[in-house]
Amino acid sequence: MASKRKVGEAKLEKEELDLFVDAPPDDDDDGDDEDGDTSDSEESVYSGLEEEPSSEEEEEDDNGDHGTEDTTDISRTAINDTTGFAGTSSTERLDNRPPPDEYEFDSSDEEDIRNTVGNIPMEWYNDYPHIGYNLDGKKIMKPAKGDELDEFLNKMDNPDYWRTVKDKTTGEDVKLTDEELDIIQQIQNGKYPDKAYNPYEPYIDFFTHEKMIHPVTNRPRDKRSFIPSLVEKEKVSKLVHAIKMGWIKPRKARDDEPKYYDIWENDNQYTPDKRYQTHIPAPKLKLPGHEESYNPPPEYLPSEEEILAWNQADPEDRRQAFLSKKYDALRKVPAYAGFVKERFERCLDLYLCPRQRKMRANVTAEDLIPKLPKPRDLQPFPTTLSVVYEGHTDIVRCISVEPTGQWLVSGSDDETLRFWEVATGRCRKVLQLGGRVRSVAWCPNTAVCLVAAVVDNKVIIINPSLGDKLVYHSTDNLLNTYEAPESLETKLPVEWVAAEGKEHDTGIRLRIAHPKTIRQVTWHGKGDYFAIVMPDGGSMSVLIHQLTKRRSQNPFRKSKGLVQCVLFHPVRPFLF
Amino acid sequence: MGRLMKKKYESGAATAYITRNRAINYLQISLPDFRRLCILKGVYPREPKNKKKANKGSTAPRTFYLMKDIQYLSHEPIINKFREFKVFVKKLKKAFAKAEHGRVETLQENKPVYKLDHIIKERYPTFVDALRDLDDCLCLVFLFATFPQTKNIPGDFVRRCRHLSVEFMNFIVAAKALKKVFLSIKGIYYQVEMQGQVVTWLVPYSFGFNAKACADVDFRVMAHFVEFYITMLGFVNFKLYTSLGLHYPPKLTFEAKLKDDDEKNPYCLESEATGERLAALSASLASVVTQNTEEDEVELDEFEDSRTLEAKQEEEKQKAFQKLFNGLKVFVSREVPREPIVFTVRSFGGEASWDRSVAMGATFDESDETITHQIMDRPKADRQYLSRYYIQPQWLFDCVNAKMLLPVEDYFPGVVLPPHLSPFVEYKEGDYVPPEKEALSRRQQGLDTGDAVSEEADVSEEEEEEEEEGKEEEEIDDEDDEEEEDEEDDDDDDDDEKEEEVQKVERKMPVKRKQDDVPETPPSNMKVKEGKLDYEDASSKANREEWEARKLAILMIPKKRKRLFEKLSKRERRKKHEAKKLTTKREEFEKSQKDMKKKQRLSNK
Repeated sequence: MASKRKVGEAKLEKEELDLFVDAPPDDDDDGDDEDGDTSDSEESVYSGLEEEPSSEEEEEDDNGDHGTEDTTDISRTAINDTTGFAGTSSTERLDNRPPPDEYEFDSSDEEDIRNTVGNIPMEWYNDYPHIGYNLDGKKIMKPAKGDELDEFLNKMDNPDYWRTVKDKTTGEDVKLTDEELDIIQQIQNGKYPDKAYNPYEPYIDFFTHEKMIHPVTNRPRDKRSFIPSLVEKEKVSKLVHAIKMGWIKPRKARDDEPKYYDIWENDNQYTPDKRYQTHIPAPKLKLPGHEESYNPPPEYLPSEEEILAWNQADPEDRRQAFLSKKYDALRKVPAYAGFVKERFERCLDLYLCPRQRKMRANVTAEDLIPKLPKPRDLQPFPTTLSVVYEGHTDIVRCISVEPTGQWLVSGSDDETLRFWEVATGRCRKVLQLGGRVRSVAWCPNTAVCLVAAVVDNKVIIINPSLGDKLVYHSTDNLLNTYEAPESLETKLPVEWVAAEGKEHDTGIRLRIAHPKTIRQVTWHGKGDYFAIVMPDGGSMSVLIHQLTKRRSQNPFRKSKGLVQCVLFHPVRPFLF
Repeated sequence: MGRLMKKKYESGAATAYITRNRAINYLQISLPDFRRLCILKGVYPREPKNKKKANKGSTAPRTFYLMKDIQYLSHEPIINKFREFKVFVKKLKKAFAKAEHGRVETLQENKPVYKLDHIIKERYPTFVDALRDLDDCLCLVFLFATFPQTKNIPGDFVRRCRHLSVEFMNFIVAAKALKKVFLSIKGIYYQVEMQGQVVTWLVPYSFGFNAKACADVDFRVMAHFVEFYITMLGFVNFKLYTSLGLHYPPKLTFEAKLKDDDEKNPYCLESEATGERLAALSASLASVVTQNTEEDEVELDEFEDSRTLEAKQEEEKQKAFQKLFNGLKVFVSREVPREPIVFTVRSFGGEASWDRSVAMGATFDESDETITHQIMDRPKADRQYLSRYYIQPQWLFDCVNAKMLLPVEDYFPGVVLPPHLSPFVEYKEGDYVPPEKEALSRRQQGLDTGDAVSEEADVSEEEEEEEEEGKEEEEIDDEDDEEEEDEEDDDDDDDDEKEEEVQKVERKMPVKRKQDDVPETPPSNMKVKEGKLDYEDASSKANREEWEARKLAILMIPKKRKRLFEKLSKRERRKKHEAKKLTTKREEFEKSQKDMKKKQRLSNK
């Protein structure tokens, strides 16, 4: 009950605390008027919100006289307290009060039920005679209020005036008890409200650190606490059995240290496989030269311009990755900054660089120069003019030498063919052919004596009747043995005409007429075939004639360009 | 005709090659996995002979693999492991996300791993094949051994690389297989010969890891290579050790262990001590069989043949070379990089030690009186013992490359060192040969037993004096020479550039000879010069004729080879040009040196 009351007071005091701040010391000193005035003025200042504080106080004064007596008398219980209040305030209200049992149970969070208006500004009731409504809905009337004089007199007469407080909710004056004042003072001093409470009581530990003889509890221990568990025993025996049987083995610490052994024990039995053969080993790094020495010969040290050029050059363009430098003692050599980088780049090369087997030319430039015979070894050269073959009146277009080397034939623009003896330079024979002789070729077969000459669009086969009589006679015989075949199937516009009469006497044996002008004639090595070139002949630009059978054939169906020249291979059956 | 027309691109190059994307589709794996597979299996792209045919008529740039290679890859069991790993990663992620820690643990315990043993056997069916491919392997393994273990490098690659490299070096020391060493600005090149295979690798100078320098380096790719190379080098090491009758996880001899056990070593944990001792390279390895004091020598058949004799001589030379540093007790000062020095000294039969506070495995102290050489890289020693030579580290390497012990005078501390020449350069005709190399080869042949360089210096000084005496006459000579040259130049004006060059080189010879002759002949004799003039004319005429004949012959080169000839001759010309540039540079340098000396001498006077 006391606590409840305390709470009620605390509430009240919260609202009106400011009023009491300075009041007690005033009274303790003296009950002076001046002092009282000052306190009054202060009061008014603090309670400036209330419109009629003074009048109310005066009213309260009267009641306060009775109230104080009452409260002191019926101090303890709340029931008595409230009834006392009620009694002091008004007798009529006392009758209407609900039965006091209601307050027997109480809790701190219960609202103040003397006035039910709730938490509203009380000045709203200033103009009304009542101040609120009680629990039954009846008006709580404002207590009678004296005027200023009453108030003053009360102040003068009542020694408890300073401890009288107006209850806002009921509008009554309440005289604070000594305990309440104590509490207020404690709070004002920032101390615990209860004066008796000692926050610094000596600590008594119940369970001391010292060993006590007697147990705290006297409960006897369970049986299970000193008998081994059967379940556990079973489990353990199972494990023990498993260990004994070797089912469970202790965990071995893993040994990551590598074991080395003779991996190449029988490597001499190894036969290289294909993979091994195609392997391209990485080229080794270049070995260092003098320039890399910590103390190189003076000529390897770079000059200032070279150092400058090196510094300015791109790291990729540098021929040397480092600058040579001379240190006069080993202790002065610093760490090479690019060491790790260099190793790293080598690693990259090893696994990223594509490899290719390259044949290195193991030669010097000198080896490539061919050994030419010295000009002196080639001597004697024909240094002097020995023979002049005179007789042609126009330019000589072509010459050909007999295979034995005795005779020479020359064709000229003066429409003649002249046969010369090589050694003497004598003209043995002159043949008028009636056209410019473009090409002339002596048959390479020494068993026959024939010359092929080209005049415009004709090839003329001539037996010059020079040299061995047997030979040129046999040649004539050979030509005469020709028999015309039964079925003449010449698709080619080539006409073979045997020369007769006067022409025959001069030596001409055959005339082969062609549709276009002929550029060149050449013999096959055996002397039976010869080829001609007709640059304008289109698909027939090259023709091959067989002398003995007087037959022609066209070797190329189509020529890819203008044929200028053909030649037989000397031994093999090739035509170029 | 009844025959069906053959369709295009259904046989030949078009089917023999496959592009990379198609290969990936064929194998059903991702691109990174494909790359990894290629690295591990040693499959590389090929350049088809006819790219257009291989590309089915398109000329787009593509990389091609051999179809056979890809088919070969498709049978690789490792592909399945890749897939398993993918599944594993998925499971692990899920377990992590669900915070199932027990599952994460079991998953990680059962992480799929693959072995590369079969790949090694496939790629290198014989041991010699593996040795042939060891260059890149060693370079990378030695590089990784210097790295810190970072996030980029998976697993314990660094530790393994370090182990393997130490093992390999120990083998080289035991087998005495080292042939050449070269200090370059990049690092130290070593060349060894094993079973007739020459293997060269590069080790960086020991400095901290420079992350900035490897900004654009993909460590994953390198790690794939290293993964393969670690396995390979492990097997190679095993084979090498067993071939020499040594224990494979290498063991040190009993004495070496004892010596070290006496001293309390504060350098490392007891578990790491063996590895560190091995890395010190100072102790010899224990062999499986009790070692014979006399080595089993393969006796050549007794034929009194010139070839066998030669072979014998060669062998003896080889043996002498292997014992180059026999009896040498070398102490390495602390400012000198210890590993390369000890490795080199021990590979040639010497002994090496260092200050006990530097590293484990020191065999003797600085105060030892029997030390013959102390390697130091400071201009001056604090305390000097008279019983030993103080030399700079370059001496050791120069000795190895010259295959003989060089005089120590040039290598004293504080002295300007002679140039360090590369032992890998092979001189062909027409190449520039540095004068130091010439002096060295003369010394090697035993022609020049004395100190060549100092002699040269003497000669040059003498020459200088002579020069000063007969300056006027020489000037006249020079003028004459110039005139001659002018005349010749006039003759050559109509010739094209190349011909001129040939001529110049030809002309150079006699001129040089003449210069050589000058100091020999008494400078006052003028008649000699006249005679020379005649000789010059005759030779030049002959030269000219010869050159004309040559030009004629060049004209007769068939068209097919003309291009090749031009390319080759261009290369030769460039080479000649470079050689010429080097010689002129050298001459200039020597001239400036002489001037300096002269000035010094004058100032001294």
